[in-house]
Amino acid sequence: MDAATWGLVIATFVACFVEMVEATTIVMAMGYTRSWKSALAGTFAALGALAVVTVFAGYALATWLPESALQLAIGGLLLIFGLQWLRKAILRSSGRKAVHDEDKIYQEEVAAAKAAGESKGSLDMFSFMVSFKGVFLEGMEVVFIVITFGLNANNIPGASAGAVAAVVIVLTVAVVLRRPLSMINENLLKYGVGLLLASFGTYWAVEGIGIFQAGRESLDWPGHDLMILVLLAAWLVLSRIFVAVLKVPAATPAPVGTPVEVEK
Amino acid sequence: MKFLKSFGQFWYDFIIGDDWKIGVAVLTALVVLFVAMKAELFGDTGLTLLGGAAVVVAFAISLAIDVRPKKR
Repeated sequence: MDAATWGLVIATFVACFVEMVEATTIVMAMGYTRSWKSALAGTFAALGALAVVTVFAGYALATWLPESALQLAIGGLLLIFGLQWLRKAILRSSGRKAVHDEDKIYQEEVAAAKAAGESKGSLDMFSFMVSFKGVFLEGMEVVFIVITFGLNANNIPGASAGAVAAVVIVLTVAVVLRRPLSMINENLLKYGVGLLLASFGTYWAVEGIGIFQAGRESLDWPGHDLMILVLLAAWLVLSRIFVAVLKVPAATPAPVGTPVEVEK
Repeated sequence: MKFLKSFGQFWYDFIIGDDWKIGVAVLTALVVLFVAMKAELFGDTGLTLLGGAAVVVAFAISLAIDVRPKKR
């Protein structure tokens, strides 16, 4: 496997890992407090819906769009998505935003499940719908990342392999531990994913602007794929500078008006 | 109808998310690159480097706006 393929597999693995941890927390909260049968039914229904979306979206994108348009559209979306993660990571590292707390989210889901009341019938619709929504929404982000990385790097199997490995590992750990995966440093992982998405997104979006040239050819970065590593280093250095500049002293509470939340 | 609403909400959350300024920053950077390309200011190397720099600067500005002290 060459360096570009490794980069692709690692990027989809880490991104999928983060999303899987979040989805697993929701399903476990429903399963332990209400009904495993309904929570798992919701999970499998969501996975089925995701499979359909993946096939259609992948086929449509690969068939209808020229390469440079694909790079621009997908690179642009990836860039926006990645920079949003990077922004959150910078604000969290600098103490301006509350860190993502999987334990707290689990407790909130459990409280909501208990407050929802008893369900009539064989299927607990509350567990089903919460699990379905959680898995589908987190899964859509994974699908987006796998399709975009896979199509732009022309390696859907490599991107899928990274995602499948993450699913298997998270599920195995969850089954063995039987509790939310709060020991995983999700904030650090999200920071890493933000850097990867921002780097690949910058690379592809800029290349894709070439769609507006006379020949509709993508722009060529100097050094080609190697430039992704340079962009990765640039985003890393830049983000560390932002963190250092924006750092809120430990003794000082976050300024009034800054967003502080526990993200779901 | 409900599905369409959810679908629209998903894309809104995806693109706009917590901070609309990120989407605007990326769009602005790409427009700058587009204008430079149409004006034939540089070759591919110059354009790609300009594009990368434009994205970085636009993101930095959006973050600076985000964390500026709020007026009371």
